[in-house]
Amino acid sequence: MSARRIFAQPARFAAIAPYLWMVLFFLVPFGFVLKISLSQTAIAQPPYLPLFDFTEGWAAIKAAFAQLSLDNFRLLVSDNLYISSYLRSLVVAVASTLILLLIGYPIAYGMARLPQRWQAIAMMLVIVPFWTSFLIRIYAWINILQHDGLLNKILLALHLVSAPVVWLSTDTAMYIGIVYSYLPFMILPLYATLAKMDPSLLEAASDLGASPVRAFWLVTFPLSLPGVGAGALLCFIPIVGEFVIPDLLAGSGSMMIGQTLWLEFFTNKDWPVAAAAAVALLVLLVPPLLLYDRLQRRQLGAAD
Amino acid sequence: MARKVNSLSPFNVTALALGMAFLYLPIVILVIYSFNASRLVTVWGGWSLRWYYEFFNDRAMLDAAWMSLRVAAVSATIATLLGTLAAVGLVRGERFRGRSLLSGMLYAPLVMPEVISGLSLLLLFVALNAERGFWTVTIAHTTLTICFVTVVVQSRLASLDRSLEEAAMDLGCDPVQAFLRVTLPLIIPAIAAGWMLAFTLSLDDVVIASFTTGPGSATLPIRIYSEVRLGVKPEINAICTMVIALIAVVIVIASLASKLSSSQGESAAPL
Repeated sequence: MSARRIFAQPARFAAIAPYLWMVLFFLVPFGFVLKISLSQTAIAQPPYLPLFDFTEGWAAIKAAFAQLSLDNFRLLVSDNLYISSYLRSLVVAVASTLILLLIGYPIAYGMARLPQRWQAIAMMLVIVPFWTSFLIRIYAWINILQHDGLLNKILLALHLVSAPVVWLSTDTAMYIGIVYSYLPFMILPLYATLAKMDPSLLEAASDLGASPVRAFWLVTFPLSLPGVGAGALLCFIPIVGEFVIPDLLAGSGSMMIGQTLWLEFFTNKDWPVAAAAAVALLVLLVPPLLLYDRLQRRQLGAAD
Repeated sequence: MARKVNSLSPFNVTALALGMAFLYLPIVILVIYSFNASRLVTVWGGWSLRWYYEFFNDRAMLDAAWMSLRVAAVSATIATLLGTLAAVGLVRGERFRGRSLLSGMLYAPLVMPEVISGLSLLLLFVALNAERGFWTVTIAHTTLTICFVTVVVQSRLASLDRSLEEAAMDLGCDPVQAFLRVTLPLIIPAIAAGWMLAFTLSLDDVVIASFTTGPGSATLPIRIYSEVRLGVKPEINAICTMVIALIAVVIVIASLASKLSSSQGESAAPL
């Protein structure tokens, strides 16, 4: 038996504690969400009817199963509020992801062109805002975008506008906030693929007579597609469920699904419907999550 | 001629400059305005430490800050212990039954919308009849930050030369001794970086803390959040600047730690 194999045994035992923790605090809670999404609303504390009472035995469990209902999900698909917040979440996430790609790609491209020593510094500069508080960065924008904030002052001073523009509580403010917060998530995967690219491919393209623009579209861009996909999904998935940014920066008009869920839970105290909305949001995110997983696996496979 | 292909163009330089300005200007403006003497957030009234003074006299904010620091320290410590164990299991344990379930559970919180994670944990705590407050927020933050520790430690462990452990065992160490005496000292910088990442993430969270905390035990982000919803206050600028300063210190220490780790031979951790 090699030393490697002997080591593998205790290493497996090392995983027991994190395993139990994740089952108890990650897997089991999802069971609860699923269970409550299928139960009836009740005016009680907690505000739902309990489903299982194991102390009552087998008959009670069978009765509980008979009581499971899809009523909450029926409500979701029949209520305009939910349908419109799902749609809005999708629209906002798609639009933000496209804007992020447009802004993030040139930055990542510029980073990959930097001398080696500067690349590390640029990467650090992109990562630092990711560490800095997310809430604080949104708050920084409220400072700038408010009625007599810096942006309006600059625009007025330059005579670009004659009266202060309303920025705060608009979709524009929300998009600025989302793009600002998620930019590092877009830049890093793009940079990772662009930096790995073999420069001799571009040399070959130019030797064969391609203009720089043509070489970019025919060589660089297609080769960076895995990074584009990873960056887009890494941004799209969390933006769909975003709560803080639209709540602080967007107007009080239409809501994203994260906001609707929050409202249902904290204000209306309708836990079963909130749980059903959470399950539906998760279902919505399964295809992009699977896609992302596949992309990552292929990347890893290519690296080996 | 061929060299030119891969060099910086004016377009690249402009994109980089604008990108960095976009990332940093809002934060710089916030920091400058935190030293503003004026009550109005938008009128410059000269340099002053007035709002820092206000913060240190604001009982509710101080309590919230203390709560946040405690939650962040305890949850980062538990997450580091569990995350390191998970990384050891995943890298050195090789294939074991349920391995992919473990890594799936670990990485899912990375992409899961926060409202869902918060909601599900609250439902669990309600079902367990647990009193909500310090421990429930700490458990929630631990669950969500384990994966960050695992990612950092895992990449360090994977790049480590296995023959070191094997040599230790040939010299008579048992696997646990080999780990404690050889492997652990080599991955300590990555573990430290993981702890600091978990600490800053916990210090930042508002959504999950809102779901899992109880009355009277708000964290700093929850307090900032409810203040911000009511409008901009100069005191918030000062608090935010202090949080940024704290996180900056943590980042400097973390990057020094990972530099130390890479100067010991192997390649640096990704974060």
